[in-house]
Amino acid sequence: MKYDRILIRYGEISTKGRNRHKFVEKLRKSVKIALASYPKAKIEASRDRMYVLLNGENGIEIIEKLKHVFGIQSFSPAIKVERNVETLKSSALDFVRSHYQEGQTFKVTPKRSDKTFELNTDGINRTIGGHLLQNIPGLRVDVKNPDINLRIEVRGEAIYLSCENIPGAGGMPIGSNGKAMLMLSGGIDSPVAGYMAMKRGLEIEAIHFFSPPYTSERSKEKVVDLTKKLAEIYGSRIKLHIVPFTSIQQAVGEQIPENYSMTSTRRMMLRIADEIRIKQEALAIITGESLGQVASQTLESMFTINEVTNTPILRPLIMMDKTDIIKIAHEIDTLEISNRPFEDCCTIFVPASPKTKPRREKVQHYESFFDFTPLIEKAVQEVETLVITPEEQTSEFNSLF
Amino acid sequence: MIYFDNSATTKPYKEVLESFITVSSNYFGNPSSLHGIGGQAERLLTQAREQVASLLKVKPSEVYFTSGGTESNNMAIKGAALLNRKKGNHIITSSIEHASVLAVMEQLAGEGFDITYLPVDQDGRVSVDDVEKAIRKETILVSIMQVNNEVGTIQPISEIGDMLKRYSSILFHVDSVQAVGKVPLSLYANKVDFCSFSAHKFHGLKGTGVLYVREGVRLLPLLSGGNQERKMRSGTENVAGFVAMAKALRMTLEKSKQGITDMRKIQTSLRKGLADIEGVRIHTPLEGTAPHIVNFSIEGIKSEVFIHALEQEEVFVSTTSACSSKKKSPSKTLLSMGVPDKLADSSIRISLTFDNTEAEASAVITAIKKYANQLRKVMK
Repeated sequence: MKYDRILIRYGEISTKGRNRHKFVEKLRKSVKIALASYPKAKIEASRDRMYVLLNGENGIEIIEKLKHVFGIQSFSPAIKVERNVETLKSSALDFVRSHYQEGQTFKVTPKRSDKTFELNTDGINRTIGGHLLQNIPGLRVDVKNPDINLRIEVRGEAIYLSCENIPGAGGMPIGSNGKAMLMLSGGIDSPVAGYMAMKRGLEIEAIHFFSPPYTSERSKEKVVDLTKKLAEIYGSRIKLHIVPFTSIQQAVGEQIPENYSMTSTRRMMLRIADEIRIKQEALAIITGESLGQVASQTLESMFTINEVTNTPILRPLIMMDKTDIIKIAHEIDTLEISNRPFEDCCTIFVPASPKTKPRREKVQHYESFFDFTPLIEKAVQEVETLVITPEEQTSEFNSLF
Repeated sequence: MIYFDNSATTKPYKEVLESFITVSSNYFGNPSSLHGIGGQAERLLTQAREQVASLLKVKPSEVYFTSGGTESNNMAIKGAALLNRKKGNHIITSSIEHASVLAVMEQLAGEGFDITYLPVDQDGRVSVDDVEKAIRKETILVSIMQVNNEVGTIQPISEIGDMLKRYSSILFHVDSVQAVGKVPLSLYANKVDFCSFSAHKFHGLKGTGVLYVREGVRLLPLLSGGNQERKMRSGTENVAGFVAMAKALRMTLEKSKQGITDMRKIQTSLRKGLADIEGVRIHTPLEGTAPHIVNFSIEGIKSEVFIHALEQEEVFVSTTSACSSKKKSPSKTLLSMGVPDKLADSSIRISLTFDNTEAEASAVITAIKKYANQLRKVMK
């Protein structure tokens, strides 16, 4: 059966009272971005429903795209049928047949917004239900828990049939909750944190600390590729700020006792991230930290590292188990990139036995012998900002393809 | 020279060869090496995968590079059968598949699998009902080609895919080696789990191909080693070959937009020309066929003799599929369609590509006419 439209139900945005209009507009924008390569598809948005009219575009591909748009609770492919009982009967039969698997149950849910149609809801129920039962052997009715719920919506211009309810990605439309900076290391966790932040309606910009020659070009590429994945999920461009971090890391190495070097390094990173955040007019910093996962993510470490700023630090993964994080990384297709075996800034300088319970006054004391501020200012000034788009990157190799 | 044997292989595009040479000489690194030269090779490989994926309208993670159609078919069928043998041992295929499917099935039969070879009708087409009737609870895999390589019949892939949606545990493999660029197929819409492609059939290089594996579907790898291709196919990647393949696929699909219509016209002219020649029987059905293949017999003239006769005019066609033409047995596809042995012995296949012209087609018809008359006198 050929669908001609897709009906979209909103998620939590439905509850947003007066802000509703803004949320619907953000969602419309997200859907439009997701369907950019289907120019004939038209979006019609109203207060509580959105329709994508396919106009001949490939419905199956569009369904795949919609599954990833945040702010959609569920959606249903639907077909338009002529207002005629006989056509309705045969279309409903074809439609249910194409979904029916042996032994399944069904029910008919009619809705008649146009009362001039010859059958009332009860009539539709009996006529169509009876017709289906007669023609599909083995089909049974179950009004409470049907496998197939055939929705028939009679409207002025036509009748619409749908029976699949495809779960959407949930969450809120990207950007509807403002902007935050994501600290992106190249590991498994931080891209997942970025994904969850976007899902909750945040627009993100990524920050990566780059320490050549301790970390290689390829570890930077890895982060570019991860950002590209996030940009694909977003459907639009994401900024990636690359911070030259070598001199700070060296200074920390020289100035701070080994068991506190990791704690101090994190404090420097957070200070730099906060400076970039101010420049970019964002209101929070997102990290991939998960409580107790490594030495820098103990409660004591967070207490000590977090001292350098009072900007909200959002930690979407804080209470999650590693296995669940990995599961999401796999689903959003970042796991494979994160697993590439290149050293990044977090792995290469890890001391043999970092403090798991660092103390504020200790680290303050160690840092007091050296003024890190000029180095931090220099690093912020020398940030290289890349704009990562979901489309094909212009690569030096394009002529070969 | 008129080359009308494009189903056997195609001439690599000049641009494709240039890419191959540039990558081989300038970016020769091993994608697994840590240094920058390895990095370049890896980026090329990634870009090749992304391009192939976007042209096939699938995800890059669903594209596995292989050495060609034979490997892709082996990897899909053996990989799926061996991994799922605890679930069942029954596989459904057709009697007109390519040797790299049929021989795999025979091998699996020797390992305890039960294979159903479905018959085809007189047009060389499998029926969806037959596929469904053959399904049992032990069935784990259905493997059907998209376009038959000998006569060009299009198989009802989307109908079979639709039907298989009701049997979610059965995997579906499609051999699209002959179809790509000529008969479009939406892999997602048709519930295809595995799909095989070969680059040298679309002006890429021999020794390169693709197996599409739907996300979430697993296979037992045939080649173990350094865990390349996400552990599914070990062995240092043929980066230059895959870059060349990505380019060949792009060029082919670009040409196919107008090319299919033009090719269909040439096919129609060939059919008309052949129909006028005495003793010619056309095996390629009129409806539901790929635009690039015309298979026919000239009564009483052995195909091999006729191939060599045409060669004197610098016209190159083939007897049956290139892979089995040296076996000297009549075409399995034609026999399955009910063509008598003797007529099948005389079968000739013409296969086109987008660069072929009407002028070439009429020259070939003239040559066929000439030799058909000459040879018939002698052979009688």
